[in-house]
Amino acid sequence: MKTVRQQVLRRSLLGIIGFALTASLASAASVSEVAPTEWTDQLGRFFSFRDPSLRYALVGSILLGLSCGLLGSFIVVRRMALVGDALSHAVLPGVALGFLWNMTKDPVAIFIGAIIAGLAGTSMVSALIKTTRLKADTALGLVLASFFAVGMCLLSMIQNLPTGNKSGLNAFLFGQVAALGADDIQLMGIVTGIAVLLVVLFYKELLTTSFDAGFARVSGIPAEWVHHGLMLVLAAAIVIALQAVGVVLVSAMLITPAAAAYLLTDRLHRMLMLASIFGVLAGVTGAFFSFVGRGLPTGPLMVIGASIVFAAAYFFGPRHGVLARWWRQRQSASRTERENTLKALYHVWENDGYRDVGVTLRGLAERRRETLDEALRRSEELQHHGLATINRDTVYFTPEGRQRATEIVRNHRLWELYLTNTANIAPDHVHEDAEKIEHILGESVVRELERRLNYATEDPHGKPIPGPRDIHVGPVVELGRGDK
Amino acid sequence: MNAPIDTAIPLEIHDLTVAYHKKPVLWGVDLEVPAGQLVGIIGPNGAGKSTLIKACMGLLPRQSGWVKVFGQSLSDVPTRVGYVPQRESVDWDFPVNVMDVVLMGRYGRLGLLRRLGKADREVARECLERVKMLPYANRQISNLSGGQQQRIFLARALAQQADLYFMDEPFAGVDAATETAIVEVLGELRDQGKTLIVVHHDLPTARSYFDSLLLLNMNVVAFGPTEQVFTSENLQKTYGGRLTILSEVASTLGAEASGAPGRR
Repeated sequence: MKTVRQQVLRRSLLGIIGFALTASLASAASVSEVAPTEWTDQLGRFFSFRDPSLRYALVGSILLGLSCGLLGSFIVVRRMALVGDALSHAVLPGVALGFLWNMTKDPVAIFIGAIIAGLAGTSMVSALIKTTRLKADTALGLVLASFFAVGMCLLSMIQNLPTGNKSGLNAFLFGQVAALGADDIQLMGIVTGIAVLLVVLFYKELLTTSFDAGFARVSGIPAEWVHHGLMLVLAAAIVIALQAVGVVLVSAMLITPAAAAYLLTDRLHRMLMLASIFGVLAGVTGAFFSFVGRGLPTGPLMVIGASIVFAAAYFFGPRHGVLARWWRQRQSASRTERENTLKALYHVWENDGYRDVGVTLRGLAERRRETLDEALRRSEELQHHGLATINRDTVYFTPEGRQRATEIVRNHRLWELYLTNTANIAPDHVHEDAEKIEHILGESVVRELERRLNYATEDPHGKPIPGPRDIHVGPVVELGRGDK
Repeated sequence: MNAPIDTAIPLEIHDLTVAYHKKPVLWGVDLEVPAGQLVGIIGPNGAGKSTLIKACMGLLPRQSGWVKVFGQSLSDVPTRVGYVPQRESVDWDFPVNVMDVVLMGRYGRLGLLRRLGKADREVARECLERVKMLPYANRQISNLSGGQQQRIFLARALAQQADLYFMDEPFAGVDAATETAIVEVLGELRDQGKTLIVVHHDLPTARSYFDSLLLLNMNVVAFGPTEQVFTSENLQKTYGGRLTILSEVASTLGAEASGAPGRR
């Protein structure tokens, strides 16, 4: 079983690498311009994949979705979401300086400048935390804002310069996937390939240091190096995503797909895969609508796509989803409802001194202070679940129904007795509490209660507490006992 | 390389001083723990119990002094040291299951770029069996009770197959059944000749659980066989007010060294 899981993991990770490599090879073509047409034509062009600029946009968004989803998962499980945000803002001055280096949008110069700025930002944060009483969130917010401000100033200065080819610099702010060129795609392919490779090679180190850094260090795993390596690759992934998503929103591409995956699975390797898939999905959706919608900024569209995936995971997740939880609540509510009906039937039966075999609908309705229709509906619900049968206007327990009814009554009275005896609560205050507890008491707790109460046979109100014999065989009929 | 049993002292601490923000928490600790001992560290809150074992493992920077593990520095013999951290030190919503956590105990032996083998999984299963948690191997860790979580941590440490174990409050907040199970496993490990250093917070049980006790309050108050050390005089020294002057001086020292204005 374990080995099958491992194979699946290995195969899918290999698939991801292959995917990344093909993607980077596809970037060998050249750029051409997008001619103005109607959106229907755009749609046709999108799905024909003939347009090279469209191919760049698609490949680019797939690559960035993949690397952001993959690395974002570690950001989420290491609780470093704010670090991702700060890092993405801190790179902006580096982008501007990279441009100033040779007055052109050279991806490598911009990449190096951005990485340096990002690392300077994070080391400044660590320095602030170490040397002052400031906590991480304040230090991050402070550095994030100041670096971003410097970047904004530098960018607008560049816009006002008389020389240089400044086209496409705006893309760094809001994200424009159409601004990607062949050399951008190549860089994205390399960074994504390295990120995937490192995650596959150092999966167990990343897992251990993320879960328990202290333990990892004691067992000889270089946790510091793993952390710094991760931060470096993360900075690189942010920088390659920058042009397509924009400075402001790039951290959302790290966090949102990973957060959606976190809601859906309980294993890290599955989370990594799901987050990568969600990232790619969001990236492609953003590229598609940006292309069809002509000139709409790609970044916001990608993030909206990722947020929709997250919302879907939040509402429709099989285990932790809102819908699933609502369904489970409903199930337990209707079970409680049935058990209350059983209890009412038992009470009528008990007050009759267990004489009649069945209970009339009228008796049930009177006990519950409800109409005959409601009593009938309740009984039909029991019949539907095999707990009772209805014959004309009389309800009969099935053996299973009688057993459950006796158990519920026992739970109720045991709990009342426990509260009055042990917790010194007045007998007239314990009923409400027992009404809730009776449905959730497990057998082992019941055994414990019985033992602590010395196998008492009467509750605080003088009613008999059913014992094991009553539950499994049935009550002893004592004439004259009922009708109190 | 390492003989399974050697004559080297499992743990030797010399003049160890540890400080948080320049304020000393441990002061001049000297200690030599012989092999095959189950040692309990007891002392009041803030006495530096956890700090001591963390500093031994290099998880906290040392202001001065040295620690030797089997005669060597810890980084030279990582596979001989096992660790059970405090349960609260990790995020129990982390996406891993019980088996994943126990297998982490094998990673130190594997080394970089190597993958888990069948033998590692077999060891992990045996360790889970020893703490009676094998039926829960595929459970997500957030669905466990506190006692079960503690047993998982113990199983992970067992999977390390170390010779010297550090355990940080393994009995904190666990149920009676877990406490018995842990005591049993600790006894077995000691009988195999392993050395165990256990931070403990409960005085009455400390007496029956441990062979030796280390009474700690910023420095070593007493260390030795339980029946000799567990005296009211020693406990009074450890938990009583004897050290208030020492800790006051330490605060002033910390404030001066970090350049901050003295507080309080």
